[in-house]
Amino acid sequence: MLDPVSKHQSFGDRAVSLPLPIRLEGLTYESAGKRVIDDIDLEIDCQRLTVIMGPNGAGKSVLLRLLHGLIAPTAGKITWAGRPLDGFLAKRQAMVFQRPVLLRRSAAANVSHALGLRHITDPERTKLVAEALKLAGLEEHAATPARILSGGEQQRLCLARALSLEPDVLFLDEPTSSLDPASALMIEELLLDAQRRGIKVILVTHDVGQARRLAKDVVFLNHGRAIEHQDSESFFTSPHSESARAFLRGGLVL
Amino acid sequence: MSDFSDAFHTALGLIVTLNHDLVEILLLSLRVSLTAVAIASVLGFVIGGALAVYRFPGRGVVSAVLSALMGLPPVVAGLFVYLLLSNAGPLGVLQLLYTPTAMIIAQVVLVTPIIGALTRQACEDLLEEYDEQLRSLGASPTAIVVTLLWDGRYRLITAVLAGFGRAIAEVGAVMIVGGNIDHVTRTMTTAIALETSKGNIALALALGIILLTIAFAVNGALISVQRLAKRLAYA
Ligand SMILES: Nc1ncnc2c1ncn2[C@@H]1O[C@H](COP(=O)(O)OP(=O)(O)OP(=O)(O)O)[C@@H](O)[C@H]1O
Ligand SMILES: [Mg+2]
Repeated sequence: MLDPVSKHQSFGDRAVSLPLPIRLEGLTYESAGKRVIDDIDLEIDCQRLTVIMGPNGAGKSVLLRLLHGLIAPTAGKITWAGRPLDGFLAKRQAMVFQRPVLLRRSAAANVSHALGLRHITDPERTKLVAEALKLAGLEEHAATPARILSGGEQQRLCLARALSLEPDVLFLDEPTSSLDPASALMIEELLLDAQRRGIKVILVTHDVGQARRLAKDVVFLNHGRAIEHQDSESFFTSPHSESARAFLRGGLVL
Repeated sequence: MSDFSDAFHTALGLIVTLNHDLVEILLLSLRVSLTAVAIASVLGFVIGGALAVYRFPGRGVVSAVLSALMGLPPVVAGLFVYLLLSNAGPLGVLQLLYTPTAMIIAQVVLVTPIIGALTRQACEDLLEEYDEQLRSLGASPTAIVVTLLWDGRYRLITAVLAGFGRAIAEVGAVMIVGGNIDHVTRTMTTAIALETSKGNIALALALGIILLTIAFAVNGALISVQRLAKRLAYA
């Protein structure tokens, strides 16, 4: 089971200080004439885990890609502790995509490749690869071609690869959507552990129970707008907006 | 009809006894085509990988030209290299015309577009899937090219095999720049053309059988590579 105390342990025991606050000003992303992200103003200052929720098509994945610098906003800007995202900050971020993207190589080689891109060399590299596979519970699958792993195993491998890079900021897009309850719980533990080590985790999830267990604060997105941003506690007990209330009831969000 | 079966028997005899002329021609053909394909592979991988990843003005035109050159007629490739290497040509001082080197150059010209275009296609397909993940991992464009080439390795092998199949079977290019000189630049295809016209059907037939065997072997290798890639989910 999850250790309830772990949510209240101290943070920031890492050497590098996190690039907080993350400030979004008038952030807008239009594609094919559609406003996918619509004028979001938001400040995320909390070192602990932030959850982004919202119905399908709300713009959660696009928002993560904007934050990670994979796509550029059509208007507005994002700053990290006052700076725009530059190469240095980007190298200290990692992302686990909604659909696992794994190379046509063994599980071990996938992790090793990512570490190689950060110029981490042997023997350190071999050690980190072994640790990552252990973390994901994939030791026996080290030599298995990554793409014949099961969907859940692939998601775990993607997370392990991201964690092996020791990022400051970790984005996750529904990392437990195809996991069985035990694996989902294992991922949650890994995320809490990452948070404890001072990694800023930003998680997109549809799982209300998971969000309650993990989140310090919640951003609720609908139709590309940030409808709410508040402390997890109050969001789940008394959401301000009707759309969030409907979403939490499991009803239709308009 | 009995003429033909006689010729066929003589041909088999030439093969089984490893006839000296036959083996010499076979080895020269293999040396020329394998060397050409090796060089064309390096060029094709670099050109194809770069075209898939780097954005520069004129990239679309270069890609289109490369694809169009896949169908370059061998005689045209031969003519082009002939003009380059002939005494009046820009590389005339090298005195390479009618040497195996000239034939290698001609086949490189012929095969590089094939391997290059197939490599570009393979890398572009992979990039569509990998692009955001690789950028997320902080890969430089060069690192992306290297990653794509390695992950496309099974498709690159098929591209190389296709290039080899083309090189070993073509006659126009080697004929023009090699000149089909006995013991110097006589390859399987040019020998077949010459011996047939001279009425020496047996040697032509023997070489034809060998060529056909090579074609089957290349095709068999292609199928095995594709099967293996599929089994590992690396296709
Ligand atoms: N490149 C794009 N061009 C055009 N429209 C896009 C693009 N990317 C996303 N969209 C659209 O933007 C909207 C938001 O997409 P997004 O993937 O962010 O949703 P999401 O909140 O992550 O949904 P889900 O919960 O289903 O993953 C969708 O309607 C989608 O079709
Ligand atoms: Mg999404």
